[in-house]
Amino acid sequence: MTRSRFLGLGYLAPYIVGLVIFTMIPFVGSFYLSFTDYNLMDAPRWTGLKNYIELFTSDRTFRKSLSVTLIYVFTTVPLKLAFALFIAYILNYKLRFINVFRTAFYVPSILGGSIAIAVLWRYIFASEGLVNMVLVSLGIEPVNWFGDPTNALLTISLLRCWQFGSAMVIFLAALQSVDKSLYEAAEIDGASKFTSFVFITIPLITPVIFFNLIMQMVQAFQEFNGPYIITQGGPLKSTYLLPLYIYDEAFRRFDMGYASAIAWVLFIIIMALTLVAFWSSKKWVYYAGDKRS
Amino acid sequence: MTDISHVTGLDALSQSQAANARQIRNARLSMALRYIVLVVVGIVMLYPLIWLIGASFKTNAEIFGNPGFVPANPTTEGYAKGWETSTPYTFGRFFLNSFLIIVPKVIGTAISCTMVAYGFARFDFPFKKLLFGSVIAILLLPNVVTRIPQYLLFRDLGWLDSFLPLWVPSAFAGDAFFVFMLVQFLRAIPGDMEEAARVDGANSWQTLVFIVVPMLAPALISVCLFQFMWTMNDFLGPLIYISSVDKYPVSLALKLSIDTTEAFEWNRILAMSVLTITPALIVFFMAQKYFIEGISAGGVKG
Repeated sequence: MTRSRFLGLGYLAPYIVGLVIFTMIPFVGSFYLSFTDYNLMDAPRWTGLKNYIELFTSDRTFRKSLSVTLIYVFTTVPLKLAFALFIAYILNYKLRFINVFRTAFYVPSILGGSIAIAVLWRYIFASEGLVNMVLVSLGIEPVNWFGDPTNALLTISLLRCWQFGSAMVIFLAALQSVDKSLYEAAEIDGASKFTSFVFITIPLITPVIFFNLIMQMVQAFQEFNGPYIITQGGPLKSTYLLPLYIYDEAFRRFDMGYASAIAWVLFIIIMALTLVAFWSSKKWVYYAGDKRS
Repeated sequence: MTDISHVTGLDALSQSQAANARQIRNARLSMALRYIVLVVVGIVMLYPLIWLIGASFKTNAEIFGNPGFVPANPTTEGYAKGWETSTPYTFGRFFLNSFLIIVPKVIGTAISCTMVAYGFARFDFPFKKLLFGSVIAILLLPNVVTRIPQYLLFRDLGWLDSFLPLWVPSAFAGDAFFVFMLVQFLRAIPGDMEEAARVDGANSWQTLVFIVVPMLAPALISVCLFQFMWTMNDFLGPLIYISSVDKYPVSLALKLSIDTTEAFEWNRILAMSVLTITPALIVFFMAQKYFIEGISAGGVKG
């Protein structure tokens, strides 16, 4: 190899410039802003820990928003992943039309982020909407979806679970790569389907479970479109997720310093959970060829 | 003695036959159960979309009265009136805006991410590990934490209410996911062809354009499709940066139509919702292979 050691860096130039300008500087900048009072008109004024103290001592909206966000993430993500894995497991069989089903289940993931789907959700969960019409025709009491705090959060949650397709496709690819002879060996030893699933399949696909868990968690913490369009954070702020609160503080009230402080709290929560996942993964994620296992 | 052993032998045979029959029956039952679950889940998942299409042709009175798909009195009024909008522009203008955002963004993404992935996959250079680590870090970094300073940066550059804040970060390979996906793909391709080209006197740039890009084509198509889809669906970006109605993309226009359409004019909104998802649906069905492969290869958001 005679070429310069720096040639590769040349190809990376756009990335490095972008990294510095659009990620690193804003990252540091938002940390700085979180210690200031900045309303876009006057220069940022240093206020020390004031924003953070206010958040954790007197801001009841923040407390509500934080707890709603945690509830949302910790219910939605496991539900979505369990469902995606369940469907992938069913699909991972010599079935006809497997591609048809896979495509059909993937369609919601393609459209899910669209505002049009959030609009659709407003209509189907309306008091006389599709869901209640179906419930009534089955002889079940119609549900007040948007009027009740728990139900309202559930509709937002369901919107995300509905987009289980991309997680499912990843699970399916992992399931298909599991060595079939392991199952045959287990069957000879008298293991049931369920036992093989729990003790062979799950351990072998832990890397993919881990990957899906992190990605889904990071995204769920940043959910915006659903609550913004479907419930506007209501009723009683029961769907007022932190990204909504940050948006309101920053772009409606133009309180950039305070909004940055909320963003940093959200960031630290996501970071901490990601680190916990990475740290704990040494104990539960299995990598083929790893001597420890 | 022989008789007995003969009898037990037969017995064992018929037992194993029975076991076989049971196994086949179980297998059939399990197969049937799988199909039932899949079909039921499929219907529950897709019916809202099917209903949406039917409902966009219904009269306003029927939308909240008929859970079925087929409209009783089909009407295209929703499309005609919805297309007009309550603004001086038609929905055609908003579709045009969406494509004006998407096309440069997709081109910038494809070019910059290809260059960067090529750099990572085929060269050694100082700080390579650190820089690749930063790709993973960006992948996991929540956008929410950089959004406010980015907004201030674009304000100071005078880019607010233009498409530049939506185009430029992508042209600098800002979508780490695509870089990651292309690097994974390139690493799986042996470098023999490139080595041959180099021996024949091609420089690294010529090798990239004439050898690597054609081999990368399937992955690049995935990149372009995902970027198209995500940009089409993007709502928060335009919400923050675009303020003039004449520059609204479809996603903002749809939100505007919810806010400004008179109550009870539901079919206009549903009709425009159908139009909003149509480009994504068409692209997906024409190229679904690339989506599924792209996702399985890199693992994705969504």
